[in-house]
Amino acid sequence: MRITVLPRRQQVEIAGRRRAADVLRELGFLPGTAMVIRGDELVPESAMLEADDDIEVRSVISGGAP
Amino acid sequence: MKCTRCKAPAQVQLRAHNANFCRDCFLFIFQRQVERAIEKERMFRRDEPVLVAVSGGKDSLALWEVLHGLGYQTTGLHLSLGIGSYSDVSTEKTAAFAAANGLPLITVRLAEAGMAVPEVAGLTRRPACSACGTMKRHYFDQLAIDRGFPVVATGHNLDDEAARLLGNVLHWQLPYLARQKPVLEPTHPRFVRKVKPLFRVSEYETAIYAFLKRIDYVVDECPNAVGATQLVYKEMLNRLEAASPGSKLTFVQDFLSRAQPVLPAATGDGPPQTCAQCGMPAFGEICGYCRLMRETEQKRERRAASGAA
Ligand SMILES: [Zn+2]
Ligand SMILES: [Zn+2]
Repeated sequence: MRITVLPRRQQVEIAGRRRAADVLRELGFLPGTAMVIRGDELVPESAMLEADDDIEVRSVISGGAP
Repeated sequence: MKCTRCKAPAQVQLRAHNANFCRDCFLFIFQRQVERAIEKERMFRRDEPVLVAVSGGKDSLALWEVLHGLGYQTTGLHLSLGIGSYSDVSTEKTAAFAAANGLPLITVRLAEAGMAVPEVAGLTRRPACSACGTMKRHYFDQLAIDRGFPVVATGHNLDDEAARLLGNVLHWQLPYLARQKPVLEPTHPRFVRKVKPLFRVSEYETAIYAFLKRIDYVVDECPNAVGATQLVYKEMLNRLEAASPGSKLTFVQDFLSRAQPVLPAATGDGPPQTCAQCGMPAFGEICGYCRLMRETEQKRERRAASGAA
């Protein structure tokens, strides 16, 4: 599957199918710190992602001046 | 995986609440949490005009959308900070959201007034986030007072509050701890009430809310935030949350209900003086903002003079 990681704009390829939660772990995200998006749908962490999916992983953490 | 509320297929998993929700139930629960926070903490009433500080990020736009949806009278206040393309995109997205929802928006462009955050920070050698914070606070207060808003709402979420709490505890900042509340009453006639209606919802929840509502927010990070201490605290708290879901909410909630009442009360007295330059409250002859602006002007003139010589 092809994964775009935002906001870093990083492109990653992962072979085979995986659970969304496992993809997040492989990319180094802690649970609850990024959304997994397929097309224009939010994918729950327990859902299975297919080998030919186009996925966006979008960090939810913002920081800086309070 | 089924929705905890209606048994439809669930789309959102919230470990902290040990619950799963479908789209509609998640949106409903999120809005209800915000509404309850506003009512329980007596943040504002439906007949009070609310000035919403909007950056163009997920939290402030989600906040504005929810307040508008709940029937509150809102006006957006956006400060275009002059931080390169990040600020341009933020300003565009904020304006597009206001226009699409028919909401009034006040935009202040710092760069046009010669006060872009990078220039002020560079000339005065202050950390960008500190200069930025001083400028934001000044404009929020001054515009609220000048335009007759009794209250300013900001998009601070649970993660922001937990990170700030951790920082304040690590350094035992007792005066800051005493003032870390979801509602801050004004300490001066020229200050207004400051409220944080999202203080109980995590940034995961606000991001999902914004996404499910198709709010076009700025996904990019402020370039100045890279390496900010607050992000280190957030990372630590997210590790704790992964091992023990609900930790962040408990940390903040128990602080507010159990620790804050026994802290020495925040001194009720605000700044004792009035700024000779802008008329806002000040601890000295001029306020912190005007001091920053004066310093920026002086450095700029000195630089121009040495450049000309
Ligand atoms: Zn449901
Ligand atoms: Zn002043």
